[in-house]
Amino acid sequence: MAADIISVENLSVRFRMPEQKVDNFKEYLIRILKRKLKYKEFNAINNISFSIKKGDRLGVVGANGAGKSTLLKVIAGVLKASEGTVKRNGKVVPLLELGAGFEMQYTGAENIYLYGAMLGYSKAFIDEKYKEIVDFADLGDFINVPVKNYSSGMRTRLGFAIVTVVEPDILILDEVFAVGDAKFREKSEKKIRDMFEKGATVIFVSHNEDQVKRLCNRGILLDHGKLIADGDLDEVYGKYHEITNKIK
Amino acid sequence: MFKTFKKYQYLLYELVKKDIKLKYRNSYLGVIWTLLEPLLTMLVLVAVFSRLLGKTTTDYAVYVLSGRLIYSFFSNGTKAGLKSVRSHAAMIKKVYVPKYMYTLSCVSSGYIMFLISLIVLVAVALVRGVYPNVYTLLAVIPLATVYVMTLGLGLILATLDVFFRDFEYLWGIALMLIMYMSGIFYEVADVASEKTIWLFKLNPLYAVIENFRNAVFGVAPNMEATWFSLGFSGVVLLIGLFVFYRKQDDFILHL
Repeated sequence: MAADIISVENLSVRFRMPEQKVDNFKEYLIRILKRKLKYKEFNAINNISFSIKKGDRLGVVGANGAGKSTLLKVIAGVLKASEGTVKRNGKVVPLLELGAGFEMQYTGAENIYLYGAMLGYSKAFIDEKYKEIVDFADLGDFINVPVKNYSSGMRTRLGFAIVTVVEPDILILDEVFAVGDAKFREKSEKKIRDMFEKGATVIFVSHNEDQVKRLCNRGILLDHGKLIADGDLDEVYGKYHEITNKIK
Repeated sequence: MFKTFKKYQYLLYELVKKDIKLKYRNSYLGVIWTLLEPLLTMLVLVAVFSRLLGKTTTDYAVYVLSGRLIYSFFSNGTKAGLKSVRSHAAMIKKVYVPKYMYTLSCVSSGYIMFLISLIVLVAVALVRGVYPNVYTLLAVIPLATVYVMTLGLGLILATLDVFFRDFEYLWGIALMLIMYMSGIFYEVADVASEKTIWLFKLNPLYAVIENFRNAVFGVAPNMEATWFSLGFSGVVLLIGLFVFYRKQDDFILHL
């Protein structure tokens, strides 16, 4: 029996949003004095528990605003849980909206080092993998051009190449294939499949049902922050269509 | 905490390198500006003020330059620290990195450039016949306290700025006040009366500048100013760390 690589227990994420956006100090003080600082509590994730075993390929399914991205951010450690815990046993590499963390003034080559450092890679490691990253990103001479001049597809390719070079224990993929051409999509899917074979655990979010069914072996369904279903993908998608049809 | 710092040591290096590299990218003289800028500013200040206010008992050029170098590090460092979290918003939303890294790197890159610019001070001092002696070694104290103070304030300001954008403007005005209270291009004794001198003595940056000047001119240190600057910078750093750690999990909701 494989051990749980991620276990999520009674997780809730609450956002406390002021009803009016107050971002200047004067307004804030006035509202405190008048006791008019109202907050609207909003549960992005509402008391969910599940666990992921090593080698699982979990598809997270749900409509827009169901809490999918929030869940991934908590697992990636970017966002803090309001209640409950997330336990991780291994190196988590997040691929959230690829390439958005690049330094625009920097060239592709410089960004490989900077982005790599942010992901916690060492200099020696990046030196060793540098060529592999450049080859995979397939940017040619553009590697020495500032990233601000890249197309969004090029940025995605570079981001994907940097992130996947580590062979992480847990890979988080959020709408990764929304950009990028067919050739890149094919290439990155192949790379992800290679990782499966090496036993990586993957958490995958996409609105492309075919792709989820092709890549994943298990699914969870979120709706308004609640966990509705957990298990076989056909079953999960069955429930998903049931919910969306009801709204129609 | 120490373990994570070790893990992200390389990131700190990369972030500092990024700041320094980007600052002078697309300029012909590049990093030479670090030396040229304070030198030219000094010339302007000397030209404008030497008749008017330059009744210093010591060499005016060295006097102005030593004060201005400290002040401009403090001013640039706190401003960079203030913006450090917000300017890295895109990264903070994507990858988990200890967030103090961004503030630490912004202040540190400014500090490195400040240390490089001290070469100008050494050169000007030698040209003007101000030679080092034993007391000059004590320059380490003001150089360390100004870093700690700037980092502490940077952490506080970075936290405040995430929630209230006003602090960017408020701090700009505060900095102007601090500048005039630091005796950069005049001697405090010339402008302050018995009644107002306490205002200058309460300014921790003035204490740092005074300590630094005493070291540069090779004069025995003013113990009162030394202890005040040490105490103040320590307390400010502790407050900064405390505030930053208390609030850092909320940053992402406001960026």
